[in-house]
Amino acid sequence: MQAFKKHTGKTAAIFQPNIDTDQILPKQFLKRITKNGYGNFLFFDWRFDEQGNEKPDFVLNQPRFRDASILLAGKNFGSGSSREHAPWSLADFGFRVVIAPSFGEIFYNNCFKIGLLPIILEENLVAELVEKTEKIENYLLTVDLEKLLIFNEKNFSVRFATDEFRRECLLNGWDDIGLILKFEDKISEFELKRPLWTFFLNENKEQ
Amino acid sequence: MKTLYDKIWDAHIVHAESGKPALLYVDLHLIHEVTTPQAFDGLREKNRKVRRPDLTIGTLDHSIPTKNIFGKITDEFAAKQIEVFRKHCNKNNIKFFDIGADHQGIVHVFAPEMGLSQPGMTIVCGDSHTSTHGAFGALAFGIGTSEVEQVLATQCLQQTKSKNLLIRIGGKLGFGVTAKDLILHIIGIIGTDGANGFVIEYSGEAIENLTMEARMTVCNMSIEAGARAGLIAPDETTFEYLKEKFYAPKGENWENAMEYWKTLPSEKDAKFDKTIEINANEIAPYVSWGTTPAMVAPVDGNVPELSVAKIDGQSYERALNYMNLQPSQKIEEIEINRAFIGSCTNSRIEDLRIAAQIVKGYKVNSKVSAMVVPGSQTVKKQAESEGLAKIFTDAGFEWRESGCSMCVAMNGDFLLSGERCASTSNRNFEGRQGRGGQTHLASPATVAAAAICGHFTDVRDWKFKDNGLWFLVFGL
Ligand code: SF4
Repeated sequence: MQAFKKHTGKTAAIFQPNIDTDQILPKQFLKRITKNGYGNFLFFDWRFDEQGNEKPDFVLNQPRFRDASILLAGKNFGSGSSREHAPWSLADFGFRVVIAPSFGEIFYNNCFKIGLLPIILEENLVAELVEKTEKIENYLLTVDLEKLLIFNEKNFSVRFATDEFRRECLLNGWDDIGLILKFEDKISEFELKRPLWTFFLNENKEQ
Repeated sequence: MKTLYDKIWDAHIVHAESGKPALLYVDLHLIHEVTTPQAFDGLREKNRKVRRPDLTIGTLDHSIPTKNIFGKITDEFAAKQIEVFRKHCNKNNIKFFDIGADHQGIVHVFAPEMGLSQPGMTIVCGDSHTSTHGAFGALAFGIGTSEVEQVLATQCLQQTKSKNLLIRIGGKLGFGVTAKDLILHIIGIIGTDGANGFVIEYSGEAIENLTMEARMTVCNMSIEAGARAGLIAPDETTFEYLKEKFYAPKGENWENAMEYWKTLPSEKDAKFDKTIEINANEIAPYVSWGTTPAMVAPVDGNVPELSVAKIDGQSYERALNYMNLQPSQKIEEIEINRAFIGSCTNSRIEDLRIAAQIVKGYKVNSKVSAMVVPGSQTVKKQAESEGLAKIFTDAGFEWRESGCSMCVAMNGDFLLSGERCASTSNRNFEGRQGRGGQTHLASPATVAAAAICGHFTDVRDWKFKDNGLWFLVFGL
């Protein structure tokens, strides 16, 4: 996983509540077998009309927001499906951080697993950032995961909180499978204690 | 004093340290073609093996066709995904149900009916509606692809414990009111993020009276309220359903398992972080009018005015605009042109029995194109042998093979822009059933009735042409 320590980038705002995973990445793009290449399909139905032409008024189609890397969103962002394709498409488009008042839980989890930092911030603070993003050309924010700080040199600074363990994993870019495999002995020990009535699906295995 | 959730949690801890997520053991890992190929690929890259192929089982459901299933799949991406899934399952010695196989079906339909979902287990799947299996008193939840890879490699999952939410539903559901209406009612009250951070346990008289299939419908949609999982304590109904199922323990194992399962229910004075009381007597058949499963109204009611809709103005406007509806419009006056009976929420045999009971003796409205997509091959065969399939086809419904079909519209079954559908599925998000398509969620009874009338109607007043054999099912 890509480590995340500190990032400075342009913000873009899609500040409406309950944006679900079907909006972030419509399901017709779930039929791929890779983890990348989804950036072009991010918010597909909002970005493109039925003929496949860009809709000029959609935020991410506007020249000043095209290279944004910090997304400001409304509450319950990423509700719905467990598809990791949704965070993949955000990351692939170029986002490194999503800031919202709350998130769909599985989505929130999935973001950490791929090095995209989701930050929960009070709604009025997100609203303040949205306003600045709209008013100030090339509004830049810095997100510092080591110091747990979001700031703009001139006019904004706020601390944020995040789960300590996830923060450590992100800062180091750790591979969780590697971490879990350190407990191999414990896993094997646990397996020996599982009750006898539990089934085995594969007859070729010893039972 | 422990809740059911606490007990299952504690029994699966492989390792725990304070300040870190616990390492939980996974008893059953269900996989399907959409969220697994990438995980297999990750394993291959790191040269890792599947640790417990014997606790992993797969099916094809999301992107497969539900008619002419043995023909060539014309969508090249779907075809490739399916091929890669097969290859990985075979290579890793993982059992899976291929297109047309005896027990193939939607992942959350085939597993319970084979007796794979059992009380006290931990069950995961790269699919949010894994919460369905909580109906058995199992801790079951959806995970992302990175986590699928974790489980394939280690059979464990890092998890932070959620809080306990008790939803107690007293009283009895009225005639014509089903489990689907119950869960839509709950989501309508608490909202799509009302249970964020919680695992819900459903209890109370109305829940105790539900069949296993109806309990699955309730738990299935827990995720639509933002919950990590939904649970119902195992009881005689659960044991009766499980007994003799293919993978259920047999003989002495059954006795031992039962003894354990009976220890699982939450203790009387168990502590819940939050409790919500619902009265089943007040619940009507529901229909969704908006673009989240919380935007619902009783079928005999109206599209709510903003002042009573319990949502912000922006979302309200956007939803009405997308759905092309007016404030105060009567739900019964909403006309449909498509009807879909299917999905992991409502495609089990009981759902089809209820729908068939409504349909029997009627014809689908001439303006409506309607289909029934059974949840699994097992359901399909059973419905055919009970004569339900014939009732549907006689009425003019299409009768399909099993799969997710128009619930997620990935397989070539979808709504055209502007088409309006009465659907038994679980999500009415913008574009869910096809770009520009308008989805109204409702119970199998309500959808069947709408297919016949061409608009929504209150099934509590339905004129049955046959109120014989399966009447009881509907009265629950
Ligand atoms: S039926 Fe619909 S909700 Fe259920 S698993 Fe399939 S796509 Fe998901």
